[in-house]
Amino acid sequence: MLKQIEGSQAVAEAIGLCRPEVICAYPITPQTHIVENLGQMVDKGQIDPCEYINVESEFAAMSVAIGASAAGARAYTATASQGLLFMAEAVYNASGLGLPIVMTIGNRSIGAPINIWNDHQDSLSMRDAGWIQLYAETNQEAVDLHIQAFRLAEELSVPVMVCVDGFILTHAYERVDIPEQAQVDAYLPPFSPRQMLDPANPVTIGAMVGPEAFIEVRYLAHYQQMQALGLIPELAEAFQQQFGRDSGGLVKPYRSADADTIVVALGSVNGTIKDVVDEMREQGVSIGSLSICTYRPFPRKAVRSALQHATRIVVVEKSLAVGIGGIVATDVQMAVAGLHKPVHTVIAGLGGRPITRDSLRKLFRKADEGHLAHLQFLDLKHELVHEEIARMEGQRHSGPSAENILRGMGTIASQIR
Amino acid sequence: METTIKFYQTDTFTVGNRLLSEAERSVQAGMQRTNALNSGHRACQGCGEALGARFAVDAAMRATNNQLVACNATGCLEVFSTPYPESSWQLPWLHSLFGNAAAVATGVAAAMKVKGKQHIRVLAQGGDGGTTDIGFGCLSGMFERNDDVLYICYDNEAYMNTGVQRSSATPPAARTATTMPVGQHANGNVFGKGKSVPLIAMAHEIPYVATASVADLRDLEAKVTKAMSIHGARYIHIHVPCPLGWGADPSHTIKLARLAIESGLFPVFEAEHGEITGHRAIRAQVPVEDYLKLQKRFAHLFRNPKQVDVIAHLQAMADRNIRRFKLLEKSTPPTGGAAA
Repeated sequence: MLKQIEGSQAVAEAIGLCRPEVICAYPITPQTHIVENLGQMVDKGQIDPCEYINVESEFAAMSVAIGASAAGARAYTATASQGLLFMAEAVYNASGLGLPIVMTIGNRSIGAPINIWNDHQDSLSMRDAGWIQLYAETNQEAVDLHIQAFRLAEELSVPVMVCVDGFILTHAYERVDIPEQAQVDAYLPPFSPRQMLDPANPVTIGAMVGPEAFIEVRYLAHYQQMQALGLIPELAEAFQQQFGRDSGGLVKPYRSADADTIVVALGSVNGTIKDVVDEMREQGVSIGSLSICTYRPFPRKAVRSALQHATRIVVVEKSLAVGIGGIVATDVQMAVAGLHKPVHTVIAGLGGRPITRDSLRKLFRKADEGHLAHLQFLDLKHELVHEEIARMEGQRHSGPSAENILRGMGTIASQIR
Repeated sequence: METTIKFYQTDTFTVGNRLLSEAERSVQAGMQRTNALNSGHRACQGCGEALGARFAVDAAMRATNNQLVACNATGCLEVFSTPYPESSWQLPWLHSLFGNAAAVATGVAAAMKVKGKQHIRVLAQGGDGGTTDIGFGCLSGMFERNDDVLYICYDNEAYMNTGVQRSSATPPAARTATTMPVGQHANGNVFGKGKSVPLIAMAHEIPYVATASVADLRDLEAKVTKAMSIHGARYIHIHVPCPLGWGADPSHTIKLARLAIESGLFPVFEAEHGEITGHRAIRAQVPVEDYLKLQKRFAHLFRNPKQVDVIAHLQAMADRNIRRFKLLEKSTPPTGGAAA
């Protein structure tokens, strides 16, 4: 059914249609509307049977999901930012135990300095946690990916994170087609666990494993993820047949087949990138884009195949591997290894800095002219940075540079200096 | 009228209490015992935790007609019982992490409820580190929501699995690897009284809180049995001596546990909805010195010069417990207790 609906509420409705049996929730911006809506839906009996548990921390939220999933229930939670890091130990644990939990990440930056706005640093910090990671480009895709996520998780016994850009998607009101229950039921069968806690068949789950078998266990985790590379396109195809919509999959090329410059990105920024690509195409610039929907497992072959005819690659990413550059760019470089193509890393939109069409247009034009640096920060305020670097060089002691920058900007009383 | 035979164990040899009538013997004394924690595990000789866990889980198994799931925190109990590919556990058992046993158990209980399998009950267990320190937030959350979980803490008063470091349950003056009785820790662990999770649990006003000891296994079993007859959040704190960590003779495990009770250092009581409802009386208070002397972790108190002040301080703690929990007054055993 078509609805003008907030992203978070649309995600909540999609989760409800997936018939979760245990939902655990701890509030963190910008995920709150999702769990608030789910709480109301459980209260009203719209999701039934379902246990909704208010926990004391994100660490507990994932732990409750672990217990529920191990006992055979379909388990769901949502988090963001610091919350995801706070539950990190349990995040690794869920995948190690092979529990098909689905979790929404309302993507948000990580402090300090504290910042509630969107970037991808949180979920990318969990890229090696053994979870499948899917990135939604639109709220429609966010809805559709959650439905696919449960099926994917349960077929492989691997947990899945659905990453939805905080505020940009979670708080945006858009027209979204919310599926009918019967359609979802036809697509997503009830959870049938491979192994569960059952007194009729007592099993020990989570035993201590030493060097004699640990590497094998980890290999199997890798093997399971690699299976997802085959299964994700199949599930997307089945989804299209059931719902009549193309959603999900590994990657989505856009006007890239004959493009010299291809721009690679995750999530909602692909919308802006496509607009700029359209504009520049009209102006005769040979440019296209590639949206990566499945980031873990990394669809190396699909990325390589989509980029093989490009002259240059620009990775626009909302995360930073401090001390080296881009996180996603490193994966893209690996995918095109040996093809001898320049891969430019553009760090953009950190902490919610808007990524404007104007900035992208200038960036892509520079790339098209072959003048783009190997690594650059989009819309970086150079004067602020240089001032602080000069100060740091003058006074060789540690201190909070964010405070100094703010002071320099006049946000904090300048007399303190 | 129901008769209750007073039962005092004399040493480890009478753990099975076969001198009692059949009806009054412990679960473990019966040939039909479930033996939820099988022999062959890798606990140290004289391990109080292995003993406490076996009696507690078996009693819970019997009370639930074997419809029980156990969640375990990281620690000695988990490590010695599940070295892959072996497992000592004869019931469905889940280990996730050090600090989340209570929350995982909440998840299991929620799953059982939603699946209409509420007859399957949930037990969470951990050591004092996993309970009083790293797992404390999850434990308090579980209490506050009154989730249908029995949490059992096996308190051996330090982090034994990692090599005997101080926990917040380590008694004052005790030597651990991180509170050596030298320098700023001249008396061993800093002087506080240790964190009392039973009292904190009572402050949550959960349906049932009890302390128990491996020195009184029938009382322990009775409390577990009673706890399983109640729904909601329940907490049992079991004192389990650790020969390795305490520097004690493995044959002294029960003796030490008994001296901890008889000196007043470990009060055995139970509480319902935040009110103390019963206590186990001690026959005659023994000096704390009798307990301390048997353990190398307190040996520095008895070297020249003898730390008279420190021992007096510990004695004062024991005396306060005796007053506070009325330990020298007549016992008020668990309702539906040992003889039931």
